[in-house]
Amino acid sequence: MKQIYLDYAATTPVAKEVLETMKPYFSEKFGNESSMHSFGTKAREDVEVAREKIKNKLNAKNYNLIFTSGGTESNNLALKGIAFANQKKGKHIITTKIEHDCILQSAKWLQEQGYEVTYLKVDKEGFIDINDLKKKIRKDTIFVSIIHANNEIGTIQNIREIGKVCHDMGTILHTDACQSFTKVPIDLEEDNIDLITINAHKIYGPKGVGALLVKKGIDITPLLHGGGHENNLRSGTLNVPGIIGFAAATEVIKEKDIKRMEKLRDLFIDGLLKLPNSSLNGATGNNRLCNNINILFKYIEGESILLHLDFKGIYVSTGSACSSHNLSQNHVIKAIGVDPKIANGALRITIGIETTEEDIKYVLSEIKPIVEKLTKMSPLSQREGNKNRK
Amino acid sequence: MNSNNTTYTDEVKKHFLNPHNMGEIKKADGVGKLGNPVCGDVFWLYITVSKNKKGQEIIKDIKFQTMGCAAAISTSSMITDLAKGKTLEEAMKITNKDVANSLKGLPPIKMHCSNMAADTLHEAIKDYISKQSKDKNGKKINTIKKEACYRCCHE
Repeated sequence: MKQIYLDYAATTPVAKEVLETMKPYFSEKFGNESSMHSFGTKAREDVEVAREKIKNKLNAKNYNLIFTSGGTESNNLALKGIAFANQKKGKHIITTKIEHDCILQSAKWLQEQGYEVTYLKVDKEGFIDINDLKKKIRKDTIFVSIIHANNEIGTIQNIREIGKVCHDMGTILHTDACQSFTKVPIDLEEDNIDLITINAHKIYGPKGVGALLVKKGIDITPLLHGGGHENNLRSGTLNVPGIIGFAAATEVIKEKDIKRMEKLRDLFIDGLLKLPNSSLNGATGNNRLCNNINILFKYIEGESILLHLDFKGIYVSTGSACSSHNLSQNHVIKAIGVDPKIANGALRITIGIETTEEDIKYVLSEIKPIVEKLTKMSPLSQREGNKNRK
Repeated sequence: MNSNNTTYTDEVKKHFLNPHNMGEIKKADGVGKLGNPVCGDVFWLYITVSKNKKGQEIIKDIKFQTMGCAAAISTSSMITDLAKGKTLEEAMKITNKDVANSLKGLPPIKMHCSNMAADTLHEAIKDYISKQSKDKNGKKINTIKKEACYRCCHE
């Protein structure tokens, strides 16, 4: 059966060239970079080359890069790390309602520890209001954390302007850039970003490795204590093959891939919007991630579309309550103001550098009868139809 | 079944892909409606009632309309199979658990929210009985609140 993977925002395959670069580091160059002998120093040298490569990608000369186990750990380290190290300044934190769960849950935990958290609202396309941010920043605001490109709806925030407001008002900015890294150009200095979370498995690198970059001079408290790795900020033996793969992965997505994905994304969106009772979640045009498509189907449930597509060998994601671990509605779809009665009909399709126009045409032809069938089955579509006739 | 998806049993997948008795009965004798779109599941069941040779009331025809996940759709389809031809008394005895068992099980998390097809059937039967009694006595028998998600915590 033909298989079309369209969940690249969840994870990507490891690119062949990335895997090749990693291979020697499992059984040949397997040294612990902390060891004093030559095996160790070789690993250390290669890790430092990888570190510099990733830093260069972000213009991060004045930043320390801390390798972590991934996006979740980096975000936890950023939030808890800054909060604990800067208690003297205050206990107020600002974030948004559309962050990844690892930010929201860390913020919630900090609230339980006595911190005060303000959650910024977003508009129907998922953008925060800069003036609202200005109003919410206080003297005791330790930091602001705002997701760069949203993982559900692909909305890219104007991070440069956000950073400028933070700096003008005497606070610092952390951004979660797991979805945008290598897809949206980022220059930490120019974009006024003080801390940034990135990871490898969203950019054709391996799972289990990420990084937090912290501007020199900003204090953070470590989460993991031990042998003092990563300047005492993250103890634990470094994942050398992962780090080597991470650095190699920063080269995978090229400018021409981004241009191509943007075109395919728009083609896909246009096709899906021709289906009954469909609408687009998130931003349009340049402020949307090149690979993100999020469509809302009224009256039907996302998990059912997902499963029907699964039988056809097409793999997508949904923001529906039915497919979540706790059966609660997707907080991002909720935050952009979608009526809770129809919010379970969201479908997220994320394309990758392998996706072709042929794939998209095939998916569009397969999804049409599925949406029609489920709409016909739904009592709500009929009820609404009757109302409209009256 | 050409999917490796292990979330659901083959029995669930079969009913999900080709549900039985889907649709509306325009002149139904009883209608049951349960669920809440906020939770993602809405069940509507339509029944017609006639008498068998012994003079007992039986479910002659049954159809469903459902918005929801694979568990919701497959339990809806399964309840129509289980209830068709049964006497009202027998049908009232079918439980949500019977439906789940007939489907060879549902994922634990779905047992709570998406497994209410039997309850919806009971609502349809109560609706039929209440209409009958209303015809005779002019007042309605109380049934549980319709279209309410009476199980979960959504607003």
